[in-house]
Amino acid sequence: MSQAMSQGTKPKHTLSGEEIIRCTGVNKWYGEFHVLKNINLNVQKGERIVVCGPSGSGKSTMIRCLNRLEEHQKGTIVIDGIELTNNLKNIELVRREVGMVFQHFNLFPHLTVLENCTLAPIWVRKMPKAEAEERAMSYLTRVRIAEQARKYPGQLSGGQQQRVAIARSLCMSPKVMLFDEPTSALDPEMVKEVLDVMIGLAEDGMTMLCVTHEMGFAKSVADRVIFMDRGEIVEQDTPDEFFSNPKSDRTRLFLSQILNH
Amino acid sequence: MTDNVQSVGLPDERPPANTVGPIAWLRSNLFNSWYNAILTILVLALLVSAIPPFVGWLLVNAHGFDSTSTVCRQDAGGACWGFIGEKLRFIMFGMFPWDEQWRPLLTICVFIALLVASCDRRFWKPWFGLVWAAGLTLVAILMWGGVFGLTYVENTLWGGLPLTIILSVIGLAVAFPVSILLALGRRSDMPAVKVLCVTYIELIRGVPLISLLFMASVMLPLFLPNGVSVDKLLRAQIAFIMFAAAYMAEAIRGGLQAIPKGQYEAADGLGLSYWQKMRKIILPQALAIAIPPLVNTFISFFKDTSLVIIIGLYDLLGTAKAALSDPSWRGFYREAYLFIGVIYWIFCFSMSKYSQKLERDLNRGHRR
Ligand SMILES: Nc1ncnc2c1ncn2[C@@H]1O[C@H](COP(=O)(O)OP(=O)(O)OP(=O)(O)O)[C@@H](O)[C@H]1O
Ligand SMILES: [Mg+2]
Repeated sequence: MSQAMSQGTKPKHTLSGEEIIRCTGVNKWYGEFHVLKNINLNVQKGERIVVCGPSGSGKSTMIRCLNRLEEHQKGTIVIDGIELTNNLKNIELVRREVGMVFQHFNLFPHLTVLENCTLAPIWVRKMPKAEAEERAMSYLTRVRIAEQARKYPGQLSGGQQQRVAIARSLCMSPKVMLFDEPTSALDPEMVKEVLDVMIGLAEDGMTMLCVTHEMGFAKSVADRVIFMDRGEIVEQDTPDEFFSNPKSDRTRLFLSQILNH
Repeated sequence: MTDNVQSVGLPDERPPANTVGPIAWLRSNLFNSWYNAILTILVLALLVSAIPPFVGWLLVNAHGFDSTSTVCRQDAGGACWGFIGEKLRFIMFGMFPWDEQWRPLLTICVFIALLVASCDRRFWKPWFGLVWAAGLTLVAILMWGGVFGLTYVENTLWGGLPLTIILSVIGLAVAFPVSILLALGRRSDMPAVKVLCVTYIELIRGVPLISLLFMASVMLPLFLPNGVSVDKLLRAQIAFIMFAAAYMAEAIRGGLQAIPKGQYEAADGLGLSYWQKMRKIILPQALAIAIPPLVNTFISFFKDTSLVIIIGLYDLLGTAKAALSDPSWRGFYREAYLFIGVIYWIFCFSMSKYSQKLERDLNRGHRR
């Protein structure tokens, strides 16, 4: 394992130290089920974080709390200086700054690729249509899918759809990007094209939180790996430390399971 | 073994003669099994025995549009289109003053023009609402009169096709947005809104339209303060809107339920507000899915307008019945009902055809 890590061609960068996400003592229950237990998490601007852990450990729930797709019941979540409470205004403000990419893409099937990308800038950011389209085309070019701009999502492959979904989020110029298993619904040959786009984003200094089981991505891109199990953050460390020198038994068990095939 | 690899492409061959052409079509579609063959023969026999007499009655032995009832009664072997010839204007326009009947005729034309234009998706823009408003104002002026030198015609004299169209088109046009709100309300997170919408929908759906019409015409006046009266047509119109809205809301709810949760989450995640999300993402998809049940409701409501006869309004069916009560034309009900049946059918069939086209158009492109 240790050889694999040293090959990492991680882009060098220094963090500003400016904090963009601060979760303090976050708890969440589904009925009686305690799904998030005392989550404390601070993320700096430009930091790249990979979240991993067994199925059902609460990874999705945690990152979905960060843009209030799920509501937490205890503790505080502050994103870019705005606290997430029941205040709808705050929620909308936070959602503008936080982009989210889903496992199943969730593109809007009745709109073309271009319309998918311009909808939110036009209606939420009140951007003129021409400007929104120009920006959308530049992001679509960046995810290398500009020539498909007039097609409908249903006409694209899974990997292409996921790249469109990334472009759609980028069009809102978010300060943070959340990824929830962006490659797990893809056929193996399409995983790379999506990971390449994400690596490109990381190189440009985007703040990213990414739930993924792509350990290669974690090793080469992440500044920090967070391991969750049964609703807790069990361990967080740099990828080097995390993979070569895991502190807890649960982490070791998890790593042996996912790295053994 | 060496033949396993085909080095040269095979030439194209024609399909065997017994699998193409009309004989093959007959064999594979009508006579492909013994029970299918029996069914085919039975249906043919039925058609042969039914069509010639019907065509004989309808056309060959029929009396023309200028025939009189005396002639028809002497030779009753065919249809008497003289009935339609004489009663056409009464059936179409009811008791509207004879010399002014160009006004309801023009009304029908205005409605048809508006409806045909509305079928074109290029006109599905906010400004087209203004066109409708202008069209409806024109209709009101034509029907009521009292301005621009037109004589005033009370709405108790309205009848026939314009009444049917007014009740159904205005009814459905007003009920549609209301039903969207009801459907959204029924799925709302706000308990008060939800309870209100569910109660309304379930109450209205549990009552027959006839009783709602009766209530509107008999009971409503009892509740209104003295001196305030709402006219009969308006009351019927309101009853229709209330009824149609409840049914359409359920059709739309079906569409809403078919939208995956991921669509809501993606819209939320982009920061769209509730109304932006509904208008731009959820409703366009839900309504497209709800087209078949919606059109079903449209068609049944168009026909249900004929129930207003029970509160003394004369729609198309009502005027046809009234025409039959003329002593000299009593008994020519086949001609009367066939005639209005064809009119109803033309409207309903056009709706059905248009909805199929719309479904195809909306699904083009974004289906996998
Ligand atoms: N809406 C819900 N109601 C009740 N329980 C839920 C709900 N959503 C998730 N859970 C439960 O919460 C736990 C955490 O779910 P979550 O989706 O966050 O896990 P995850 O770590 O993302 O797992 P996976 O790797 O399978 O995606 C699971 O046990 C799940 O069954
Ligand atoms: Mg998950």
